[in-house]
Amino acid sequence: MKARVYIRLKPAILDPQGKAVLHSLQQLGYDEVKSVRIGKLIELEIDNSDPDVMKRIQELSHKILTNPLMETFDIKIDEDDAA
Amino acid sequence: MTLPERNTNLTKRVTRLGVVIFPGSNCDKDALDAIGRICGQDIKPIWHRDTNLDDMDAVILPGGFSYGDYLRAGAIARFAPVVEKLIAFADRGGLVIGICNGFQVLTETKLLPGALMRNEGLRFICREVFLRVERTDTPFTRNLQSGQVIKFPIAHNEGNFYLPSDELKKLEKNQQVLFRYCDAEGNVTPKANPNGSLNNIAGIVNIKGNVLGMMPHPERRCDPLLGEPDGVGIFESVIDSIR
Repeated sequence: MKARVYIRLKPAILDPQGKAVLHSLQQLGYDEVKSVRIGKLIELEIDNSDPDVMKRIQELSHKILTNPLMETFDIKIDEDDAA
Repeated sequence: MTLPERNTNLTKRVTRLGVVIFPGSNCDKDALDAIGRICGQDIKPIWHRDTNLDDMDAVILPGGFSYGDYLRAGAIARFAPVVEKLIAFADRGGLVIGICNGFQVLTETKLLPGALMRNEGLRFICREVFLRVERTDTPFTRNLQSGQVIKFPIAHNEGNFYLPSDELKKLEKNQQVLFRYCDAEGNVTPKANPNGSLNNIAGIVNIKGNVLGMMPHPERRCDPLLGEPDGVGIFESVIDSIR
């Protein structure tokens, strides 16, 4: 199975990268865009044999993939997506 | 050109200092040179897979891009074998100095609070900055003057110190800030802040006062050839503390 970990900056954290992209979009005439926040997507190929697999993905996301001080994450699982 | 003589004011003894080398460290040689040649102390490199820090008094985590800074700066180095040992070493009261990338590693280990985010201006900054010394009752600053203005280079992309506001209040209340970005006269102003760090924070210590993290590079300001050797004051403070 494939696990996708979506990482976002917490709302309280300034995102200068997102702000720069927003500025650029508005300059190009996309006035309908009101905010841009940039995050990360990490894809994991998982061997699904462990019954605790979800717990372990939660754990590694919290412990390594993100810094809980400034980031939050969501995990999406795709059982069929083998590659 | 001849290199400056070794500083003979300091008595040479078997001090036990080490500099950790991660894959991607690039200021390790500068730190070895500053403490070895300029300060005249015995200092040895420590490989990131080494797990014996028993004979150490002080350990430096140098600047650079450990493990390519992949994921987040310092995030992968945090799980290096030597860093696991370093956490126990710090808990035993051993002195730890994290410079630049080393500071980022120390926040990832939670030995120091906070996180170093991308610079507010989204640029890698490489220039000299002024710092105001906030405390002199620590092993890292005992030979400096309170309120003294020192000048060090910075060279980083992620130096923007962040801490949630309630924790920032605690950090200030506990007087854990050792260095703030300031102007040449020592005024801490928004203009003197190069990277967006909260409260102009450039360097902090843990509550116990034995772990220092700072973004500016004292090791690059030790050889008089490179300007006023303000960095020597920090390393000599450490050497005096463990002597």
